[in-house]
Order: sequence, then C-alpha cells, then structure tokens
Amino acid sequence: MSQVVLDKLKDRFQEAVLETHNRFGNETALIKRESLLEVMRFLKDELGFEMMMDLCGVDHLPETPRFEVVYHLKSFSRGYRVRIKVRIPEEDAMVDSVTPVWKGANWYERECFEFYGIRFKGHPDLRTLLLYPEFEGYPLRKDYPHKQRQPRIPLLNPETR
Amino acid sequence: MGLEAALGDNWITTKIEFFINWARKYSLFQYPFVTACCGMEYMSVMCSHYDLARFGAEFTRFTPRQSDLLLVVGTINHKVAPMLRKVYEQMTEPKWVVSFGACASTGGFYDNYAVLQGIDKIIPVDIYIPGCPPRPEMVLDAFLKIQDKVQKYRVLEGK
Amino acid sequence: MIKLSDTTKDLHTRYLSIMFGPSHPAMHGTIKMDVVLDGETLVEIDVDPGYLHRGFEKECEDHRWNQCVTYTDRLNYVSSIINNVCYSMAVEKLLGIEKQIPERALWLRMILSEVSRITDHLTCLAAMCMEVGGFTAFLYFVKIREWFYEVLENITGARVTYSWTRIGGVRWDAPEGFEEQLKEAVRKARPVLKEIHGLFDKNRIFLERTVKVGLISQENAIAYGITGPFLRSTGFNYDVRKAHPYLFYNDMDFEVPLGVNGDNYDRYYVRMLEMEQSMRIIEQALPKLPKGPVMIDDPRLALPEKEKVYTTIEGVINHLKLIFEDIYVPAGEVYSFVESPNGELGFYIISKGSNKPWKMRVHPPCFPIMQSLPEILKGLMIADIIPTFGGVNMIGGEMDR
Repeated sequence: MSQVVLDKLKDRFQEAVLETHNRFGNETALIKRESLLEVMRFLKDELGFEMMMDLCGVDHLPETPRFEVVYHLKSFSRGYRVRIKVRIPEEDAMVDSVTPVWKGANWYERECFEFYGIRFKGHPDLRTLLLYPEFEGYPLRKDYPHKQRQPRIPLLNPETR
Repeated sequence: MGLEAALGDNWITTKIEFFINWARKYSLFQYPFVTACCGMEYMSVMCSHYDLARFGAEFTRFTPRQSDLLLVVGTINHKVAPMLRKVYEQMTEPKWVVSFGACASTGGFYDNYAVLQGIDKIIPVDIYIPGCPPRPEMVLDAFLKIQDKVQKYRVLEGK
Repeated sequence: MIKLSDTTKDLHTRYLSIMFGPSHPAMHGTIKMDVVLDGETLVEIDVDPGYLHRGFEKECEDHRWNQCVTYTDRLNYVSSIINNVCYSMAVEKLLGIEKQIPERALWLRMILSEVSRITDHLTCLAAMCMEVGGFTAFLYFVKIREWFYEVLENITGARVTYSWTRIGGVRWDAPEGFEEQLKEAVRKARPVLKEIHGLFDKNRIFLERTVKVGLISQENAIAYGITGPFLRSTGFNYDVRKAHPYLFYNDMDFEVPLGVNGDNYDRYYVRMLEMEQSMRIIEQALPKLPKGPVMIDDPRLALPEKEKVYTTIEGVINHLKLIFEDIYVPAGEVYSFVESPNGELGFYIISKGSNKPWKMRVHPPCFPIMQSLPEILKGLMIADIIPTFGGVNMIGGEMDR
C-alpha cells in the first residue's frame, strides 16, 4: 500500500537506501546513518509524513553493527506508513537527532539513550527520562543481566536471591 | 502518655487504652500511596459497592502528618523507594502499614533491575494482602485484621 | 491615589520552585512535575516520569510468547483486554495465521474491547471530575464501572487484569447468559450517564475550569505525535478503527466524535460521547456473534483437550511440548496497532525464530501527550494543571512500562 514511498526513496537516494522489504504489510527501508536527517526531511516535506509515531532502539548482540534505531512514520494526508531503520556500530554509537524535523522525537530519543547508550547529535537536552540519574549501565542491552539489582537507598534486610 | 507511665500497668491504664484504641480503630485515617493497577481495586473498595467507609476509614488524608495507616498500593520500584521511606518517616506514631497487592508484598512477578522486591525491605509491614490485584473482599478482611491489631496496641510497650 | 500596580513595582519577588511529587493525589500516583511558579502562574514545568518503570521489555525478552500476555495486561491496566488483543494480533501476524482464527474468538475480542474502552473512559472521567471538585461523579462513574467489571469477571474470570487472549484465539468461551448480563449493564448505564451529563455539561464551575484551558492546536498535536481523544478534541479526525479497520469494525455503524477547540471540556465531552458509541457497537455486535470454537485448531499452537491428554500418547506429548517450550514464532518483525482509549497503541515485535521474543516494544499513546504538557501548561495557573492532567488520562503502567 505504501510501496510508492519506497520507490520514491530509492529513486531519490540510491546510495543511502541499503535494502527494503514489505513483509507483513509493513514497508521498511534500511538506510545509511550519514544520510538520516536528509531522508527524514525529504519524507516529511515532500512525501507528507506529518507524524513520527515511534522511535526505538534494538540490540542485535552477536551481529555487527550491533545497534539499530527504528523509526515508524505516518502520513495522514496520503495514508502511508513506513518504517525506517538505521544500523549503528557499538564503538561509535551516535546518530543524528530528528528533533529539528519532528518535535515529538525529544523524549523518545532520551529513552533510547538511557536504555541503550546511543547518543543523539543535536538533541537539545539529552538526560535520563525513566531511570534515576544514579543508575549505572544500560539496562536493555543484551549483556546487562536480567536480575541485577541497583537499590537506591540502603535496604533493611539483604536480598536472599 | 505521661499519665500512663505514672500510673503503671494496672486496670486503669488498660481501661484507658481500651477506649483510646477503640476510638483509633474505628477512625483510621489512611494515606494511600497508590502507584499501579491495584489502584483500580482500591478505587472500587472506597466506593459504593464495597464501601470502606462503613468501617470508619473514610477519609483519605493525603498527607503523612495527619494519617496513621499507610496503604502501599501497587508496585514500588527503586526510583520511588526513597519517597516511600521519607513518607513513612514523616508519619507520627502510632502507625501501621498495609502492603496491598503482590507487587508491594514481594515484588510480584517483576524480578528485574527496576523493581523493589517487597516494601518490607525498606519499611516494617503489618499486614500483607496477596493478589494481583486482590479482590475487594480481601481488602475488607485485611481491614478487620488491622482493626484487631490496633485494638491490641499497648502504649507502654509501643507496639 | 495609589494604584495597586504602582505598589508592586518595588516588590522583590522570586520564583518558587516546588516538586509536584510522585505521591500526590492529583498526579495519579506516579509522575513528578518540577514546577517553577511566579505567584500562582506557571513559568516552567519539567515532567519527570519513570516512577512506575517495571522493566516490561526486559521481562518480556526473558519469557515465552504465551507468558508475555500477563505482562501486557499491566500496561494500560484500566483497559487490559485491548493490550491483550493488540499483542495477540501482532504475534498472529508474525505466524501468518490471521485468517485461521475462529470467527467467534474475533467477535468476542471486539465486544470485550469495547467494554474495556468504556471502563477506561469511566475511570479517566471519574478521576478528572473528582479532582475538579465533583465527588459525586466519581461515585456514579465507579458504580457503572462495577457493573461492567461484573460482566468481565463472568466471562474472563478476573476483574482488572484478565490475560484472556491467547495466540490463536482466546482462553475460554463466554458462558451462557453473558449476553443478557451485558445488555442489562448497558441498559442500566445509560440513565446514569445522562444524570452525569446533567451535572456537568452546563455547570458554571466546571465550564469555568475547563473551557479554553489546556489548549493545544492541531499542528502542535501532530508534531508531538499525539493520537486518540486528545487529537480528536482538536477537531482532527483520526481513529484507527475507521482508518485501518481491524476485527469487524468495518461492519459496525458508529461515529467518531470530534471536538472543536482542543481544550479540557472537549476532551471530557469527546470521551462521554465515545462511551455512547461503544455501547452502540456492543448492541450491534451481540446478535451477530456466531457459534463455534474459540481457539485455532493447530497442535503447534493450541493446547489439546483434556480427554486427549489423558488417553492418547500424542495428546500427552503435545501438552508437554506446549507447556514446557511454548510456541516457536518464525523470524521477522512486525508493527501492529489498535485503537486504545488513549490513542494508537502499537506493538513492535522482533522475533529471531525462538520461543522468546527478541524485542517487544510498546508504543504508549500517553507518552507524547505528557511530552507536550509543558507547552500546554505554560502561563496557566497551578490549579489548571488538575483538569488538564485529568484529561490526559495518563496511565502509569503504559507511560513508564
């Protein structure tokens, strides 16, 4: 249904679009991280994607590049939905922030930063959102143990497990 | 308090304690520290179907200085634990704590980096109500048990 | 004659910075706002969420597919069925079995979703009206909610968190007589809602506190990523049930109420009208409910019947495999969305072919609304936070996950 979006993206940015697919009815495009901001501006201004629905990070641990940032976009005027993915290596976990394009990306990027450690260049106020400032580590990474405890105040009786 | 200490432990103090505790248990002022889904059952308990007001515990005083029953309703995670400890310390004696729901009692089925595994790790608890969320009838039963506990409170021993 | 404005020129005032703390009755328990005040006017607000962060994503990565349903319940805990339905729809898309789910299961999912929508709006408006000062409305709304909770308890077995859907259908069939009970609840609810309309719609105090308070424009709402009644109160028509119909919403005849100004009164009124539309959908859907099974007939997904488990060896092995190892979902990623009472609830699930999800992301509808609150509330008075925040319907479980 939104295949036309992928075709226009491929026409305009041949070297930036690495692969596209259309499985389960979701049109998806994997693009290079250097051209992210340009692609997003194109999608918003010329293809009419007024709303950024969601932004999240993914950790594909054994594979490299390790991290991935996934954007879901929605166009009301033309009825398109598309998913844009960007792969980021672990050593240089930085990507451009899309807050100049959509105001609403602000909190999503803060959340992605505190859970995965991915920094967003150009973000106005990158600090923790859901976790407390003394928290150490990035919980949603696959190498953070599931049951690790980080109490904030001293406990009365020590944990038995 | 000074009067009781002066009179010592005889039948006058027990009668005074009986009346004071009788007055206390039928007018418990609660502080509901509501966070999560158990709050929905708490709302049901306070309203007309499963009326909690008939036990005298009608007023929810949203300030710890004026309340004597701390109801911890819902999951407590490490971010909010210092606030809970502060609220408990600001309450005046005598005070009782009820842990409402599985998450407040033991952490529930959230066993990870974020959730405190039970509020008895930071404050002493009197009654634990299991359930996810507990039925309103269980809450009323817990209230009757708290009232029994209040009746047995001995001023000279402080518990 | 000294005018009052002359005397204030020499006053050295300072801004007061207070913490509208996490344990506050108006904050519904779980949000902190750092507020800078100039007298009673709000100068700057910083919303600080995360006081109910329970590690939903990390837990789901460690549990099997059918076990994750219980965690999805606790996301938006006032309308739990809708979370279950969205999650099951997403995984069923990954498996490719959407066309094979029995019809009765889909109709039941739709009917109970609408009942959940009603309970959500009831809870939201109960809190909003009570905090503005009308305690009676709280008692009336919760009274109606109890009737619907009894219906849900009759069908699913629980009052608040149901965990009722499974991948491939629903847990068990609705018992006989639930249709009359549901119709009775709807029939009793309508006059009470009419009473509440009479209490609030033209009430001078309510109008002064909510009309033209908490305004947001359409462009701002779309830039922030807001959907649901908050967006519809500005006049923008976007409802997932009409734009991307799922289940059987195509065959139902209902309207989408829209607001005019984008203020608190519009949000209250849009929610009241949506409840009426949900009741219309329930009344249209109940006669069309077909008979039949409620779970897909596939041994890789559904538990076999108890007679087979106790008498045949294939039944035993099937049961054992599903209980110990659960289902295996082929590799892929999907984003599936439904209309929850707060907006568009989306699940983005990545599977790598094992029996546990690799990534389970929830798009919470109240997250962007909370993000826009500092801009909405700037310049208003501190008492205006209360109805505005009530109209947001922030559910901590969904916001912080």
